[in-house]
Amino acid sequence: MLRIFLVALATLFIAAPAQAHPHVWVTMRTELVYAPDGRITGIRHAWSFDDMFSTFAIQGLDSKEKGRFTREELAPLAKVNVESLKEFDYFTYATADGTKVALTDPTSDYWLDYNDQVLTLNFTLPFKSPVKAKELKIEIYDPTIFVDFSFDKQNPARLVGAPKCKLDVQLPREMTFAEGKKLSEIPANEKNTTMAWGAQFANKLLVHCP
Amino acid sequence: MTQVPRLHLTRYVLLVACILLFVAATDCAFAQPFGVSRGPAPPEVGGFTGWILAKQAEFYRTLSGLIRAAKADGSAAYTLLGISFLYGIFHAAGPGHGKAVISSYLVANDETWRRGIVLSFASAILQAFTAVAVVGIAAALLGATAKAMGNTVRVIEIVSYALIMLIGLRLLWVKGRAFLRLLRGEQQSKHARGQGHHHHAHDHDHAHDHHHAHGHDDHHHAHHAHGRDRHHGHAHSHDHDHEDDASAWGHAHAPEPQELTGKHWLRRGLAAIIAVGLRPCSGAIIVLVFALAQGLFWIGVASTFVMGLGTAITVAAIATLAVGARGLADRFAKARPGAGMLLLRGLETAAALVIVFFGAALLTGYIVSERLLGV
Repeated sequence: MLRIFLVALATLFIAAPAQAHPHVWVTMRTELVYAPDGRITGIRHAWSFDDMFSTFAIQGLDSKEKGRFTREELAPLAKVNVESLKEFDYFTYATADGTKVALTDPTSDYWLDYNDQVLTLNFTLPFKSPVKAKELKIEIYDPTIFVDFSFDKQNPARLVGAPKCKLDVQLPREMTFAEGKKLSEIPANEKNTTMAWGAQFANKLLVHCP
Repeated sequence: MTQVPRLHLTRYVLLVACILLFVAATDCAFAQPFGVSRGPAPPEVGGFTGWILAKQAEFYRTLSGLIRAAKADGSAAYTLLGISFLYGIFHAAGPGHGKAVISSYLVANDETWRRGIVLSFASAILQAFTAVAVVGIAAALLGATAKAMGNTVRVIEIVSYALIMLIGLRLLWVKGRAFLRLLRGEQQSKHARGQGHHHHAHDHDHAHDHHHAHGHDDHHHAHHAHGRDRHHGHAHSHDHDHEDDASAWGHAHAPEPQELTGKHWLRRGLAAIIAVGLRPCSGAIIVLVFALAQGLFWIGVASTFVMGLGTAITVAAIATLAVGARGLADRFAKARPGAGMLLLRGLETAAALVIVFFGAALLTGYIVSERLLGV
């Protein structure tokens, strides 16, 4: 009897870390905007929500033409979206040459589009002070996984006005069951030094400049 | 009273504690993990969890396509229901479905696994019902926006979390006091034995003997503890022990025959069902709104209830595990009258604390069960 319970418990513990489940899926297209002097000034996001969340978000909104929305009609919703993202640091984290860099609230030119039943939020996050970095890292993720982020397959990201720099997009990939099992076998009180998993499961943009 | 059962008992009590802790861990997501601002530490998704997450995401994302397909082809509705069911099973592994509260409630109140299953199903069905009611009234009838629905859900959440906290506090009051009284009794009894008195030599008439009598009671209790209505059996056999085994809802009187056969505990459990089931699942609300927009609200309603069934199965399985572990602990407690009861009472108190913690943390927003982003 005890054995049965211990097995059941062990199964549960493999499932251990508290994880939320996403109810929102975001497909991203991101542009990194540079000033002529080679410093990055901002991150321009275009986030498309999944069809169910898009439908949910526009529920009850008035529009002149049924099933179609203008930017003006969606402006109040865009405002709510952008304002509530503040609490979550816009899910965007920047590191310049190994140092965390602060981003500020989006510029006022944000908007929502609704095409083919998909809602897309466009906004730009300025750097608090533009930075020049040999290696710039931008990560986009929700630590609590309420929102599932992934880059657009065709146009994940691009550099705007930084001709000499090279952009590298690192896509997260699904962890295989075997990998997950191996990871779960590392005791919780031991630091994971053997497997650099984090790097493989974040949406990461790396920019190398000369 | 050998050493062996004692060892086992400790193990089983630890087992129950582990299960509750685990369930508590899966049942919440910290809004601000321990007040530390979220640094750029990418989430690492464990194997089995990762798989569950991936599965439930996969099922969820199929739902929209199936709802669309059901519009043109009725047979897609059956696939939709099947997927909804699977989604419910996997989805309940995540936060927001009351696994911790229900499991802790069952352990603290010493309920049977059958009751655990009934509570799990009732709360899951209520949860589905609330989702349908919110979307049906707010969106379908009143044409409310997602924001308005979000606000409605938030009000419901506050009521639900407050209720969870109240249930926890009530249980803590009853179980905690019983635990403390037993603890004091145990100490006095040890003291008495140290003076060379024989355990059973004391008569109940002695004024100072009230506490001592507990050890005796518990011994007695051990022989009475077989029935499903352990509570009442116990309360019945030892009048002065009344409070110790009082149910959280103050029905500590000697049981009426019909209570022994059943309905009584349900009244008690009703508060738990409501507390857990009141808050609708965000996923169900989104699915319902989507179905409504496709002009297939009833398909969405069916999907929501089937999802609820799936959820109930997972919650019931976990609750059964917790109850089963407690049952094993109970069995060994019988072999160790004094210390055994003390450990059990301690466990019940801890389970009550888990419920209080959950209610308080959810209420203050320290942990979030689910959130509807940006609307």
